[in-house]
Amino acid sequence: MSERNLNLSSSPHVRSKVTTGSIMLCVVIALLPASAFGVYNFGVSALIMLLVTTATAVLTEYLYEKLMKKPVTISDYSALVTGLLLGLNMPPTAPYWMGALGSVFAILVVKQLFGGLGQNFLNPALSARCFLLISFTGYMTRFVYDGVTGATPLAVLKAGNLTELNTMNMMLGKIPGTIGETSVIAIVAGAIFLILTEVIDIRIPGTYIVTFVIFIGIFGHFTKAAVGFFDPVYITAHLTGGGLMLGAFFMATDYVTAPITKKGQYVYGICMGILTGLFRLFGGSAEGVSYAILISNMLVPLIERVTRPKPFGKGGEKF
Amino acid sequence: MALLTFRGGIHPKDGKSLAKDMAIADVQPKDELVYPLSQHIGAPAKAIVAVGDTVLKGQKIAEAGGFVSAPVYSTVSGKVTGIAPRTNPTGTKVMSIVIENDGEYKEVEYPHVKPLSELSKEEILNLIADAGIVGMGGAGFPTRVKLSPKEPDKIDFIIANCAECEPFITADYRSILENGDELIGGMKVVLKLFDNAKGIFAVEDNKPDCVEKLKELTKDDDRISVVKVKTKYPQGGERHLIYATTGRAIHAAMLPADVGCIVDNVATLIEIYKAVVLGKPSMDRVVTVSGDAIKTPGNFRVPYGVSHETVIEAAGGFAVEPEKIISGGPMMGFAMFTIDTPITKTSSSILAFSKDAVAEKEPSACINCGRCVEACPSRIMPARLADIAERHDEEAFVNFDGLECCECGCCSYVCPARRQLKQSIAAMRKVCLAKKKK
Repeated sequence: MSERNLNLSSSPHVRSKVTTGSIMLCVVIALLPASAFGVYNFGVSALIMLLVTTATAVLTEYLYEKLMKKPVTISDYSALVTGLLLGLNMPPTAPYWMGALGSVFAILVVKQLFGGLGQNFLNPALSARCFLLISFTGYMTRFVYDGVTGATPLAVLKAGNLTELNTMNMMLGKIPGTIGETSVIAIVAGAIFLILTEVIDIRIPGTYIVTFVIFIGIFGHFTKAAVGFFDPVYITAHLTGGGLMLGAFFMATDYVTAPITKKGQYVYGICMGILTGLFRLFGGSAEGVSYAILISNMLVPLIERVTRPKPFGKGGEKF
Repeated sequence: MALLTFRGGIHPKDGKSLAKDMAIADVQPKDELVYPLSQHIGAPAKAIVAVGDTVLKGQKIAEAGGFVSAPVYSTVSGKVTGIAPRTNPTGTKVMSIVIENDGEYKEVEYPHVKPLSELSKEEILNLIADAGIVGMGGAGFPTRVKLSPKEPDKIDFIIANCAECEPFITADYRSILENGDELIGGMKVVLKLFDNAKGIFAVEDNKPDCVEKLKELTKDDDRISVVKVKTKYPQGGERHLIYATTGRAIHAAMLPADVGCIVDNVATLIEIYKAVVLGKPSMDRVVTVSGDAIKTPGNFRVPYGVSHETVIEAAGGFAVEPEKIISGGPMMGFAMFTIDTPITKTSSSILAFSKDAVAEKEPSACINCGRCVEACPSRIMPARLADIAERHDEEAFVNFDGLECCECGCCSYVCPARRQLKQSIAAMRKVCLAKKKK
């Protein structure tokens, strides 16, 4: 009989077309509307910032892996996603070197030193943003819009001047803020793409946003900004004026730093919703999304431990 | 009515259109036939012929080696030329009887059987045991043992597994369409064993013609019903089929009979009919030959002992050089390094692919996406269990319900990092189960 060179492997012998690379690429595509709007809104400096953070992130991963003689993993596009997300979280007026420094921190310290893709317990882009926020508070909290240094809508809200806000502009994104966070429409368009391509599930962002709305709907009453419980203008301002949408759809859904269990994902969303509400309403600064997500990241092992699914035949079979 | 199904599972490309419309064709054995003595779970059969003996078609050549065992019959007439270890489809060497076919197919006189209505339960069970029938869906559990639960009166449902959820395989589909009456005959035999049981034919809803056919054939029998279950892998997994059809759930350490159910697949029920009503031993089965590397995919009735090579030839041989050949389905079948292996009682299909999807991409790091958890029909956490298995932490493996794995492979299928999750978990599971038995 003829000699054949047949492959042997354990079953299954067919595989889904979805790969780590294809998932990351979908995330990049989903971030394009927000990126494009950021460039339109803030000008060419925003474009350069996005390019700097993205290129630095990819280069850092490449160099680190080369130097450590590890397989180079830049072709899975995960470093690209991290770089782009960090860029979208930078104020458009921050110096470019700061963006580069943030990318190095995200990839080198938060991701690679903890073991590379899948091993980091904090979201790299958000950690880098917070690192920059603490190190260069002035640059990171100065927002210039149309040539004028002004307060972000959230800062206005915090000061209790709700009437000064134009919620239509906030929806569109024609407001000061970081490069990618201002346009809710652009962010949601990307998010819908991710949900339709089954890259993300609505569970985490949905629970996060709903919890947050309930929280500020109730407790906003106790700050001077909101009119009664569940003030619609106040809630809209909170949803559209800061980093909540970008955070909820693109940072909180980061696979690596979110719980793997279904129930855990709900718990995680609730944690982030409450923490964001607490920070924004009662914290020292106007924004609270980054810290809320990072703290929830740290709760993930605990959340997973208490939300382990029940196996089939032991209660887990029920729909 | 809502479609009946279970949580989790996957929808792989089914590939069934390749062989679906090809009627079952007979395959003629060639010169040499190989009969492994272990084609089932349990004790190997004991050879009762010696080298040099002449045998007839339908003659018993090996007897059951214990209660959990099954005899083996010759499917040709000829001469025993060897009793020696031969490679079986799973890649291991198994003691086998080798028979040289004389091409005359001289057949034994089969004993006359009484009509079903006159047979006692014990006689029926003995006929099934003596015919060498085992679960032909893949597990190969001796059917007589399965049909002998501790409390037969407590069996409420006999479920005919007509799901055929593995991609590419259409053997059961063709059998239902072409031999539906034998299938129903088999069900009636089994129902005779269990006075309180109802028969359920569970068919995936991608086979509406089978549903129609079975409904037509059973319309006058109020003990038998036909239900549509959702097309989803692993819908034909025993535990998941029981849940989908009856709402009863068993964990891995339980038996279907614990919740009053017995599941038999299409081929097994047809063999039961042949054994009890026609008095013939189990000698052949329907095998689907498919995949993009096969010239003319189809369905074939193959006598046991015929080599895979002969069956592939019957399907026109290879269209292109295959990179992978699988005995069984693409989700749970075995990759073969040689096609010089015999068709056995559990060989449901031969698949040949020009490209091996597994070799396409190296496994990479887990990104914790949770797709495996979502897909797992056993509702466990494959990514975590595979990590635990790789650390070889037996205690944690058992704690994290690793023993509940049904080895369906959904986790490996969906993994975007292409990790061999099922392989790691199954290997660890084997170790833990072996320890438990001691």
